[in-house]
Amino acid sequence: MEQNFDLPEIHTPENLVYTKTKVLTDNVMHYCPGCGHGTVHRLIAEVIDEMGIQDQVIGVAPVGCSVLAYNYFDIDMQEAAHGRAPALATGIKRVFPEKFVFTYQGDGDLAAIGTAETIHACNRGENITIIFINNGIYGMTGGQMAPTTLPGMPTSTSPYGRDVKMMGNPLKITELVAMLPGTYFVTRQAVHTPALVRKTKKAIRMAFENQKLNRGVSFVEIVSNCNSGWKLTPVQAIKWLEENMLPFYPLGDLKVNGEMVSK
Amino acid sequence: MKELRLMKGNEAIAEAAIRAGADAYFGYPITPQSEVIEYLMAEKPHERTGMVVLQAESEVAAINMVYGAAACGKRAMTSSSSPGISLKQEGISYIAGAELPCLILNVVRGGPGLGTIQPSQSDYFQATKGGGHGDYRLIVLAPASVQEMYDFVKLSFDLAFKYRNPVMILSDGVIGQMMEKVEIGEQYPRLTNEQIDELYPWATTGKKPGKDRRIITSLELDPGRQEQHNLKLQAKYKKMQEEEVRYEALNCEDAEYLLVAFGSSARICQKAMDLGRAKGLKIGLLRPITLFPFPSKILHELATKVKGMLTVEMNAGQMVEDVRLAVCGKVKVEHYGRFGGMIPSPAEVLHALETKIIGG
Amino acid sequence: MAKVKGDVVIDIERCKGCEVCTTACPNEVLAMSTQVNSKGYRFVVKVNADCIGCANCAIVCPDGVITVYKSKV
Repeated sequence: MEQNFDLPEIHTPENLVYTKTKVLTDNVMHYCPGCGHGTVHRLIAEVIDEMGIQDQVIGVAPVGCSVLAYNYFDIDMQEAAHGRAPALATGIKRVFPEKFVFTYQGDGDLAAIGTAETIHACNRGENITIIFINNGIYGMTGGQMAPTTLPGMPTSTSPYGRDVKMMGNPLKITELVAMLPGTYFVTRQAVHTPALVRKTKKAIRMAFENQKLNRGVSFVEIVSNCNSGWKLTPVQAIKWLEENMLPFYPLGDLKVNGEMVSK
Repeated sequence: MKELRLMKGNEAIAEAAIRAGADAYFGYPITPQSEVIEYLMAEKPHERTGMVVLQAESEVAAINMVYGAAACGKRAMTSSSSPGISLKQEGISYIAGAELPCLILNVVRGGPGLGTIQPSQSDYFQATKGGGHGDYRLIVLAPASVQEMYDFVKLSFDLAFKYRNPVMILSDGVIGQMMEKVEIGEQYPRLTNEQIDELYPWATTGKKPGKDRRIITSLELDPGRQEQHNLKLQAKYKKMQEEEVRYEALNCEDAEYLLVAFGSSARICQKAMDLGRAKGLKIGLLRPITLFPFPSKILHELATKVKGMLTVEMNAGQMVEDVRLAVCGKVKVEHYGRFGGMIPSPAEVLHALETKIIGG
Repeated sequence: MAKVKGDVVIDIERCKGCEVCTTACPNEVLAMSTQVNSKGYRFVVKVNADCIGCANCAIVCPDGVITVYKSKV
């Protein structure tokens, strides 16, 4: 038995500095241990909680690992067909312009099968928030190559590493949508360290606040891990992400208030 | 004082949508139905009623925009023609699975593939047997006039919301393109957000404090629960078959020979019937208005009274299968069809009846 | 002498033992238990009394299993 270091005397409401937001349900998430999806779900829920918009927000879940996202948010949600979330969000926002609408999508959903819906929702300047989880792999179907799989990266459908001559190049769709006049805020973040989690939360907050301005799409990419797909422990995966994903997908804002950020 | 207008079928659909209090139209141009979105864009329905009209980047996006808006309890619709309807099938399956109400117009052209832009009825199977993947049905209405194009829009929305099920108007290039006199109905108001909250508690309008969240999905990983969902859908389709069958019976009382046709083919058959009657042949016409639910019962009854039936379709023989199922071998049923955009003439139809049924 | 005292409460049944919180803690308060929860995961436990209530562990936890308290001394 481990030694007890509990300090029950300080467990009072005024001393509470962090607890799970009520905008998340009590359902245990189905994600693998250490998966960034859970962290991003929590940040979105915290932003909704802090903005006091739980009764005004409609979310759209994708197909992929986060297909069951609607089980975890205590908000009204719709489940889209693979890649179609931005089209659903367009339909919702056009009939409910006063509500807050967001999509939650992975790399296969957003950058492969849903490329057209993504590009055109961004180009039309739909007044929505798009949260894009990029872990460079198809997690749910068992670790196949994604549009964002790195060159040389092994997956179950590129078992000897992604050969770009044969399989094509990874798609930097975030850079692509930043070029479109319909996007207002485009940023790339990560959630594997406390400091990055705090920055990501600020970005998600801005992405939701922007809907009040009616200036176009706010697009937040989160470079995340897929421990199971990468066949690493969660702690190893964080190191791999820093050493391999981040050099190819550098973190930071690409477009703020409708203006490209100069590097 | 009734308001009468000379309109194309496609224009009648568009005007009817505004008048029915539709909230949103999402579409993508394709011949022969592009007048629907053109008329809507010209009419500025956002000024007339607040209705949203948006040209999507594809048929796939358009049907999914319909999904999003329909899941909010709004009256949403799309329109297309055959190749575009094929693209929409994924979304239609999801909409049926998630039990969302909406209206889909198919102004059918000949196929398969890119086919022709000329009229056809070759999407009967696709419309009435589901169309996309999974066990589902649409309510399918087949207008035979521009007036019915107009009238069926409000009816479609009413049925769609009554059953929480997509409704398809299965038209064709003849009805979509031809101009006829239309009696324009009253302007129904769009529902307010408060009315939607009251009428449609399932709609995702933002979770109300103290109430459960609403989830619109067609996903159920537990096979037992998915089976329950399928059974619920089947019960709904059975109720439609009991309560929503619509048809028109012309000269069926004394008919010895029966023509069975829907949409523009029924118009041609009406003339063929007149030609035959002038020659002393006792011909009747049964025009299914709902293709699903199919008017099987009346056909079953007529099968004991007539000597033979001929289905006339602008396809290679699709509805004929449902007619044969309905009459259950009691009487001879043959099919006459033209396809690939060809339209049969009344004389041709009468000749087919005389050779295949009367003399056959 | 620390000016604040912190404590974390871990929902061990929801913990999946990913260990991400252990690397986020500045004071090495957290480590993996030798025991497992009902799902078979080794869960995280406190191994010293040096918690300062910074909440780093809680904000990197994908499953929201950590509640944090902080009290001025």
